[in-house]
Amino acid sequence: MYTPHTPQDIAAMLEVIGAPSLDALSDPPAGLKIKGRLDVAPALPEADAYAHIRAMADENSAARMTSFLGAGAYRHYQPPAVPYFAFRSEFLTAYTPYQAEASQGSLQAIFEWQTYVCLLTGMDVSNASVYDGSTALVEAVIMAAQATGRRRVAISRGVHPAYRRVLATYAEGIGVEISEIPLDEAGQTKIPASLDADIAAAIVQSPNFFGAIDHVDQAASAAHATGALAVHVSAEALSLAVLKSPRELGADIAVGDAQSFGLPVGYGGPYVGFVATTKEHVRRLPGRLVGETHDVDGRKAYVLTLQGREQHIRRELASSNICTNQALCALIATIYLATVGRKGLASIACANMANARALARAIEAVPGFGLAYRAPYFNEFVVGTPVPAAELCAQLEKRSILAGMPLSRFYPELTRQLLVCATELTTQSQIDEFARALAQEGTHAVAAV
Amino acid sequence: MPSLLFEQGAPGRGGDFVRGAGKPSQYLDAAALRADLPLPDLTELDVARHFTELSHRNFSVDTNFYPLGSCTMKYNPKLNEAVSAFAGFTDLHPYAPDDGAQGAIRLLAHMERTLASLFGMDAFSLMPAAGAHGEITAMLMAKKYFKDRGEHERLTCIVPDTAHGTNPASAAMVGYNVVSIPSTARGRTDLSALRAKLDGSIAVCMMTNPNTLGLFEDEIVEMTASVHDAGGLMYYDGANANAIVGITRPGDMGFDLMHLNLHKTFSVPHGGGGPGSGPVGANARLSPYLPSPMPARDASGAYVWDEQRPKSIGMVRAFPAHFLAIVRAYAYIIVHGADGLRANSQLAVLNANYLRAKVKKFLTVPYDDHCRHEFVCSAEQLKKETGVRALDLAKGLLDAGVHAPTMYWPHVVPECLMIEPTETENRHTLDAFVETLRELVVYAHEDPAAVQQRPLHTPVRRVDEAQVGRLANKGIGLRWSPPSSDGNA
Repeated sequence: MYTPHTPQDIAAMLEVIGAPSLDALSDPPAGLKIKGRLDVAPALPEADAYAHIRAMADENSAARMTSFLGAGAYRHYQPPAVPYFAFRSEFLTAYTPYQAEASQGSLQAIFEWQTYVCLLTGMDVSNASVYDGSTALVEAVIMAAQATGRRRVAISRGVHPAYRRVLATYAEGIGVEISEIPLDEAGQTKIPASLDADIAAAIVQSPNFFGAIDHVDQAASAAHATGALAVHVSAEALSLAVLKSPRELGADIAVGDAQSFGLPVGYGGPYVGFVATTKEHVRRLPGRLVGETHDVDGRKAYVLTLQGREQHIRRELASSNICTNQALCALIATIYLATVGRKGLASIACANMANARALARAIEAVPGFGLAYRAPYFNEFVVGTPVPAAELCAQLEKRSILAGMPLSRFYPELTRQLLVCATELTTQSQIDEFARALAQEGTHAVAAV
Repeated sequence: MPSLLFEQGAPGRGGDFVRGAGKPSQYLDAAALRADLPLPDLTELDVARHFTELSHRNFSVDTNFYPLGSCTMKYNPKLNEAVSAFAGFTDLHPYAPDDGAQGAIRLLAHMERTLASLFGMDAFSLMPAAGAHGEITAMLMAKKYFKDRGEHERLTCIVPDTAHGTNPASAAMVGYNVVSIPSTARGRTDLSALRAKLDGSIAVCMMTNPNTLGLFEDEIVEMTASVHDAGGLMYYDGANANAIVGITRPGDMGFDLMHLNLHKTFSVPHGGGGPGSGPVGANARLSPYLPSPMPARDASGAYVWDEQRPKSIGMVRAFPAHFLAIVRAYAYIIVHGADGLRANSQLAVLNANYLRAKVKKFLTVPYDDHCRHEFVCSAEQLKKETGVRALDLAKGLLDAGVHAPTMYWPHVVPECLMIEPTETENRHTLDAFVETLRELVVYAHEDPAAVQQRPLHTPVRRVDEAQVGRLANKGIGLRWSPPSSDGNA
């Protein structure tokens, strides 16, 4: 379909090679050649393929619904400038910038991304990116275990449950045990007065999965008292625009997902994970890292550095196995941050807080519904529901509303709690529609009981 | 060098983007808020100029021949981009109810079945985000498999000396001891050396086929049988799968586990280093251990996410897939069909052999056998004669507008260049590349010092990597810092 070879080309090239046929060149040893038909659909002309996939996209009715779903994936405004520049061929179709002379564009963009992450988190150094927020958390745990020589971490139950599941998947492999820290009645982490002496890191997400701005500072104090590190997790990076930075709160490592910076929710990816830390731990950072230098003519230049930590040099002794990361997603986030700037980012963050509070007021006005926790929040919070939240979501879906995340999906004991989110894209008419639907479904449910 | 974003702009420049909503202190106590976030304020034109200028300082497949071995820098059809941007995909939340996401799950389910058939596996997980992520996923599966069997003593992972660095790094991350085995004079993994390492401690043997020298492991069936006889598992690193699609299958070679790089074989653009997508395949013995959830169909025929997978290792990232990357690869597969994919692999092999046949006339090709999709040549002899190294040739190619091949890897070939043209390049481009490389070799004999000065015409010339490394070790020079700051930069 996209290959240039004419039959004459093929014949001439085979002659240069001295091979009788394409099959002779490419066939495997006897017995390994595929026999019979594969279960692969016949080729479609490009126009038909476009229509076929378009039909699949159109089938996804949930993409068109009024949505109050957040829970680690946030629908934000994407300025058209962002994809317009990020998807330029020169960025899109380049590979990892191994050849500095041929990759200054990608390298400078990564350096700028590293700087943005440092400004947002207050940290000294950031890597080029990792796969997503959950794998960033895993990398932070590995860093903390290496830094302390300890093999157990304490993680808040307010950290995104999917992130914790991913950590659990890795835990045995990387040789780390996990203890959970419970939440209190305000929806915040109940930091113990002292942590066990064998803890490598205390890990708290803020805002946490319940939307609550959490006690990272208390966790950091407790961690530092026993020689452990404090890890700050952000699942909604936009909150970093206004909240105290992870460094100000005492964190040694800041990780999270920057999907909110210009990346679509896209049914789960690709997103972009970040890992930032203090100078002290720079050599423990996983994956690519770009540094500033100069060329033989004295011109400023950027280059991949500290490659001695990485798998292609150090093999089984590498600080991580990561190779391909999320360069294009980091570029999208960089262009997003450049486009909106300090002023724009602050106004977007304020619009999120304003709309979330308008949503809260509307919900609290519905009999039987109210905020389940009193902790301060950014753009997400938990609603107490008079009926099981999962049933409520199913009812509202029939009205083309995605009501949010029933917490019972991850916290089976919390059947009547619904996590809802408002962003700058949420409108007052959507909020009113939601409140009306809640009122009607809540009443039906109460009547049915 | 264009100035950094942080050196541009002026406070207050730029827009609000959304309706004004006041100040943060209207919503939260001051104790929770940061004092300031000093990001640059730019106009959209500033941003446009900046990133367009940066883009001009990159080589890419759309602008340059990019024969970077092991990376499969084939053309990325723009159909892929168009279909991955459909709002029905981009606006779909990962926690959308299954009945509102039927098209997306159906696409993933078709993709999964197609990959299983193409590579002879029982099932694939589409969750891993990249090749190395696929590798560690498979290592976690192997570890759980042996744990379930009570074979706790199996902690050795064997990798050939030509393996990608990610292989030993992934194995080490799950606590495996890595044992390397040598290659033969034919550039293949040494079967007798492999057999000598096989004992009750073997967990996994990771192989790439064709291997990183671009050569098919012709004793692969004997190798997989030997590892199986010792109770171990065989893992197929799919980095070089572009040589075999529709021709031969890892499952038929005896592999138990494998990963693919959809950004190599199936034309997802590399994006300057990701995002990729690294689906993991498993045979019937191992597929129960694949990550959860998996796309499936319920009794009514509806597409659902199956989370009832008791042996699964669990999740390896927060959401089920790099979905928009998989949409791109799916588009590529359906416009080709099995026959088109097979033809692409054959033409990739043709292009590589064509270059090999021409390059060997002036550079050493240490394993001068029919190669697959890539081959390795060596500048060792040239270095002895002229002092010009593989690095110098690579930098010389940049001056001619050709991206350098992969250099100095695999380590078994000194002064090596690994060349992978891919199937989308035409004969004219290949001929021009050969001529450029030949001229560089001729020039190396005439004026080696001049070749060692290359490149002359790239946006920057050779960079000082030693100094940046020394500073980076102290956390310096890895970000911009404001001029007044006391030492972060």
